[in-house]
Amino acid sequence: MIHSLFLINSAADIFLEKHWKSVISRSVCDYFFEAQEKAGEPNNVPPVIRTPHHYLINIYRDKIFFVSVIQTEVPPLFVIEFLHRVAETLQDYFGECSESVIKDNVVIVYELLEEMLDNGFPLATESNILKELIKPPTILRSMVNTITGSSNVGETLPTGQLSTVPWRRAGVKYTNNEAYFDVIEEIDAIIDKSGATVCAEIQGVIDACVKLTGMPDLTLTFMNPRLLDDVSFHPCVRFKRWESERVLSFIPPDGNFRLMSYHVSAQNLVAIPIYVKQNISFFESGSSGRLDITVGPKQTMGKPVEGLVVSIHMPKVVLSVNLTATQGTQKYDTTTKVLVWDIGKLNQQKLPNLKGSLSLQSGSPKPEENPSLDIDLKIQQLAISGVKVSRLDMHGEKYKPFKGVKYITKAGKFQVRT
Amino acid sequence: MSASSAFSDDKGGSSNVGEPEYGHDPASGGIFSSDYKRHDDLKEMLDSNKDSLKLEAMKRIVAMIARGKNASELFPAVVKNVACKNIEVKKLVYVYLVRYAEEQQDLALLSISTFQRGLKDPNQLIRASALRVLSSIRVTIIVPIMMLAIKEAASDMSPYVRKTAAHAIPKLYSLDPEQKDQLIEVIEKLLADKTTLVAGSVVMAFEEVCPERIDLIHKNYRKLCNLLIDVEEWGQVVIINMLTRYARTQFLNPNINECLLEEGGEKAFYGSDEDEEAKEENAEISTMAKRKPYVMDPDHRLLLRNTKPLLQSRNAAVVMAVAQLYFHLAPKAEVGVIAKALVRLMRSHSEVQYVVLQNVATMSIKRRGMFEPYLKSFYIRSTDPTQIKVLKLEVLTNLASDTNISTILREFQTYIKSMDKDFVAATIQAIGRCATNIGEVRDTCLNGLVQLLSNRDELVVAESVVVIKKLLQMQPEQHSEIIKHMAKLTDNIQVPMARASILWLIGEYCEHVPKIAPDVLRKMAKTFTNEEDIVKLQIINLAAKLYLTNSKQTKLLTQYVLNLAKYDQNYDIRDRARFIRQLIVPMEKGGALNKYAKKLFLALKPAPVLESPFKDRDHFQLGSLSHLLNAKTGGYQELPDWPEVAPDPSVRNVELEEVFTTSEGRIGLLGDWREVIKLLERVTTLTSVPEWTKCSSRDKRKDKKVEKPFYSDSDGESGQTESADSGSDSASGSESSSSSSEESGSGSESEESEEESDSEEEEQKKKRKKIVQRKMKPSASESAASEESCGEDEKILQKPKEIRSESDEEESESESSESESESEQESESEKEVKKKKKVSVPNFPSKQTKKTTVEKKEMSLLDLDDFEPTTSQVITVNNVLSNSLVTDLEGLSLTDTMMSSATVTTASSLKMYELLHRIKGEGLAVEYCFSRQPFSSDPHMITVQIHFTNNTTSEVKTLHVEEPKLQSGMRMKEFTEIDVLPPSGSVTVVMGIDFSDSTQTANFQLCTHTRKFFVSIQPPVGELMMPVFMTENEFKKEQGKLMGMNELSEKLVLGVMCQNDHTIVQQVTSAANISRVPCGSDKECRFAGKTMTSGSLVLVTVLTKEEGAAQLTVNCEKMVIGTMLVKDILQVLTQ
Repeated sequence: MIHSLFLINSAADIFLEKHWKSVISRSVCDYFFEAQEKAGEPNNVPPVIRTPHHYLINIYRDKIFFVSVIQTEVPPLFVIEFLHRVAETLQDYFGECSESVIKDNVVIVYELLEEMLDNGFPLATESNILKELIKPPTILRSMVNTITGSSNVGETLPTGQLSTVPWRRAGVKYTNNEAYFDVIEEIDAIIDKSGATVCAEIQGVIDACVKLTGMPDLTLTFMNPRLLDDVSFHPCVRFKRWESERVLSFIPPDGNFRLMSYHVSAQNLVAIPIYVKQNISFFESGSSGRLDITVGPKQTMGKPVEGLVVSIHMPKVVLSVNLTATQGTQKYDTTTKVLVWDIGKLNQQKLPNLKGSLSLQSGSPKPEENPSLDIDLKIQQLAISGVKVSRLDMHGEKYKPFKGVKYITKAGKFQVRT
Repeated sequence: MSASSAFSDDKGGSSNVGEPEYGHDPASGGIFSSDYKRHDDLKEMLDSNKDSLKLEAMKRIVAMIARGKNASELFPAVVKNVACKNIEVKKLVYVYLVRYAEEQQDLALLSISTFQRGLKDPNQLIRASALRVLSSIRVTIIVPIMMLAIKEAASDMSPYVRKTAAHAIPKLYSLDPEQKDQLIEVIEKLLADKTTLVAGSVVMAFEEVCPERIDLIHKNYRKLCNLLIDVEEWGQVVIINMLTRYARTQFLNPNINECLLEEGGEKAFYGSDEDEEAKEENAEISTMAKRKPYVMDPDHRLLLRNTKPLLQSRNAAVVMAVAQLYFHLAPKAEVGVIAKALVRLMRSHSEVQYVVLQNVATMSIKRRGMFEPYLKSFYIRSTDPTQIKVLKLEVLTNLASDTNISTILREFQTYIKSMDKDFVAATIQAIGRCATNIGEVRDTCLNGLVQLLSNRDELVVAESVVVIKKLLQMQPEQHSEIIKHMAKLTDNIQVPMARASILWLIGEYCEHVPKIAPDVLRKMAKTFTNEEDIVKLQIINLAAKLYLTNSKQTKLLTQYVLNLAKYDQNYDIRDRARFIRQLIVPMEKGGALNKYAKKLFLALKPAPVLESPFKDRDHFQLGSLSHLLNAKTGGYQELPDWPEVAPDPSVRNVELEEVFTTSEGRIGLLGDWREVIKLLERVTTLTSVPEWTKCSSRDKRKDKKVEKPFYSDSDGESGQTESADSGSDSASGSESSSSSSEESGSGSESEESEEESDSEEEEQKKKRKKIVQRKMKPSASESAASEESCGEDEKILQKPKEIRSESDEEESESESSESESESEQESESEKEVKKKKKVSVPNFPSKQTKKTTVEKKEMSLLDLDDFEPTTSQVITVNNVLSNSLVTDLEGLSLTDTMMSSATVTTASSLKMYELLHRIKGEGLAVEYCFSRQPFSSDPHMITVQIHFTNNTTSEVKTLHVEEPKLQSGMRMKEFTEIDVLPPSGSVTVVMGIDFSDSTQTANFQLCTHTRKFFVSIQPPVGELMMPVFMTENEFKKEQGKLMGMNELSEKLVLGVMCQNDHTIVQQVTSAANISRVPCGSDKECRFAGKTMTSGSLVLVTVLTKEEGAAQLTVNCEKMVIGTMLVKDILQVLTQ
């Protein structure tokens, strides 16, 4: 399966390599560099690259390329999914997954990789089990370690792997027992020039932070489960219960995890929280253009729209901009040609407006296409689809946990064509 | 940790500089010598007797390895520490050993004895890790030791060690392939292992060592299917992929009856000759008739059923694995379920998106309908990476059909303006493909492309030219204007491919542009020497063609061009020129071919077919690397073709163990040993893995079944525990419907009070269990449609029936016939049905009333049986029984399992509609009615029962359906063809139609061997739904949600016939396929149902008042349905 793994930074420097079978020379990465050069942008590097003797399957994440070397047939998604799992584990351990963090913790990373794969086949990928095997670093522990010379490797041996509840370790204890659930919904939409919705869908996830003592058995019930059209679950969720009763019944992993993700059925109309009035034009002569954007609220269910950001990928010929915003700040990055207008909270009374002129490279023809706008926004305490958690019950343990649910709506891939 | 970071700090500079040193001359760099010194102090540290120093040294060494630096010279110093007490040091030494043992074999041997000791350690994890490292050291000399260790570990009592043994097998195999035979023995042994922990790893080993030994799987097949849901996700992927291959060798093609028809359909789409197709189809039908009717192997069904829930996995690889399994193995009608899951994956990381889109592109060619509803999910955003854009475009093109082409073209229009030119080029090609595939839009597309010719970007123009050339070839006469326009472009376009295309076009259709063509040649002759090779070749072609058609004007030009070509650098061009000169210019001698020159050059060329690059890629197993690359990769196992005749299914039978001898007889009779195997496995898991006994204690408290493991939801058959469990839980849920947990802080108080009431409930639960169970069962019936929960549903349906039969004797009659119609037969129970049938056929009463009594008796029997593991099976049998019996009595043979499951009770109460009148049908009369039974193969379909009567004196042959014309969203499953209908004979068949919750008509042709009749079926709105069982409380709750716009109310005066409760119920249920909801008040009648396709609830309330006045209320999310339903019910009630 997975033969070797190379971590490569954006400067084409291989800063970590790990082999699970015999050693493969790092020169194999030259094929990758070749493909990278051809692709230009990191996103365009083909995930699967063929070389005379090997196949390179890679992902790009957090400015790092994870390049794995494969020798024989394997489902590509298997490898891709695993590499993402590696990245997630590192993130979970160190708070972020960046080159510097990996370099600082190279031994832990190496130990983790050793545990995650055996002979190229995944062995332990549940973060709860890994944390029992290899303790994540904390400031306190690293201090203690340097003084006493004790280790990060768990003295006790993991129990989770051997039980039928592999995602939860035994003997969890908390003084404050709490379970928090975040219902996060993202609106994916394409709005056309005239403001009509080309397509819109809602994707949601429920992220949980559960810190409960013992082996609690939770049941989460929705007010309106029928809204959820397509769902995927953390392995802990009992699928049969969902099938028959539309409730989530599970023994939770310890700590943070994604309980489920869902898609709201397409029949329901999606409420679009804002509208955008835009007018971008480039003039044939004089090598200049004009831009005028106004953002206003549409269907916000009475909740304020926050964190509003409009970003525009300008055509290459736009040299600079001269714009004034009635609210928020705007910035034009001349190298990446991205205009970012950070509005913040949407003012209902006085709608934010961005207006001004664009100057183009003289002599070059005007761009044919107007750039599309990418919108980012956030609405607190609202799940735009109307999904609501009705209750959370706990069985199996005696104490009374503290429970909470939070709703957030965000813009996903929200694009306005102009 | 700070130590290692400090290390990286002081080495910070050298990590970049030091890089090239590796692989270069080691002695040259000054840095190396400093490294060398550092190695010395590392050695010192390793030799010290302080663990902390050792650890520090090992950390540095591992950091070196991680960075790809050579640390091999430290081997002797490191290997000494293999027996170190400190766990972390030990671990890091292991890491080092695995990396360098291959290079330093002799020294590595020093460590072996430590591992051998580790293998005997009482701690299972130490045993496992010793085996892991031992097997990872690639030293050939220890092969016998490894073999011994693996064999021993394979029978270790700890499943974790056994798992490690499974992992070690491929390691040893790659080291020494000669051990294969012995390793296969170990694999065989481990395959029989019954724990989920081992299953994934051993199948992995199987795939790497002996994928051809499919016979090893037989005995374990059912176990693997049943364990699957509990296996960890990576193992699931491997097992599913392997089982796909297995199933392809062992079962019959479920689409055997359809695959040929499907081909016909595809041809129609590309607009080929229809007569031919019809002929072909007839031929197919006759060959099909000769074949044996297809019956799905229960094991095949088992696999499909047990993998389906995994579509909900969070792991994209698992979802993809299930998707490919369904694509390769499932009957056509069931494949659709995977589309939704695959579309979901598109939200994931772009790499996942890339792979999924590749597979969707392949699938969408074969099964366009599957992804059509998700068309919009493939729309392209300007921020998508180019490779994703192009793939999405591919899918959109594959999905284009005459209904959606206008929206797709509108999207394409936006794409053409994109700044990403590669993407624009791909879009233009996509437009070309749409235009060739869908004749209606060809002109629109062509016009659009011609407009693009004036685009500023040369690439866009060039691509358009190439595509236009292909399109024009289809109907050149009408488009001489376009050809002229393109001729003008030769002055400006520089892209060789485009120039070549234009020249070819002009040459080919020079008669259409007689004036321009010679002029173009003149210009080309001028620039000939500067052109690219492909353009030169086309210039020669053009010259030749013009010479033949218009030699007066072009003779000299042609000579000139040929002379230029004669001295070209490229030999291809020289050859071509020589060849053409011989052909066209008359010579004195050997001009035999000369006469045919015109025929050769100006022959009619067939229009090119623009094909998807993904066509026929599905001969590779989907989801595989080979499929993605469209080339066979090493180690790829070919997906075999379906066998003609299924191999003996009994090879998968497993002997029962002694424990079950008592129940063996009964189980054997029913043929359901699968149940037993599962129980067996549960028991063994239970004993071997003590951990989970603890957590399953809750379950045990609730119901006495020990056999059910905590986390396995896979067992569809043992519905008992499941539903008892669920019943009590949701009871507590519905009792306090107040919600309070939304706001994180504020809700806590009320929540706690809820919690208390919860625990009270918990205590009372046991007492109330019976009641609760009865009351709550219906809640689960929402899922009545889903096939898996079949057995469970049966139970659910029984319960309300019982309640009602107590309260309302008369009603129970109609109810039971209805619930009987609910019964869904699984093909698995087919055998049992047949067995049972033989026994009870003679006694079968023909009157309905009697039948009910029989049913009742059986029912009570079954209820006593409540805690037997196999009861649900029995129920299925009984309910199905009556259906198939009627069929049998009518003299029908069971032709197809799928069909027979839903065949047909000719209840006299059903209203018959005319489909084809006797006169119009030339003696063939066809009637239809809605039997209100679920359609077996698709829960969204409405079962339409069609009754044919042959009133002629001759036989009617090959009755079948052709060319259904359905509104978008509607689907139809035709009945199987009727071979012969004898004079004055009659026959009844069923077909399924999904009306997609509308009362639009389904139009189709009814064909006999001689005639075709256009017929249509329009459903009354009341048939678009199916009953839902709910309690009064639930009803009120649901009604509360459907207020306002969704509620319709109407006052009425009841007709003379409908004065009492009972008749109202009768009338309403006759008008609509809904069921009564139990209700406290006698003035109110409530009914509930849900629409077939979308499953929206339909709630009906009839409130009677004094003197025959009444109020009718309908609550339904779908307002159109609600309004129509009100009308229909009003009509029946006021009669």
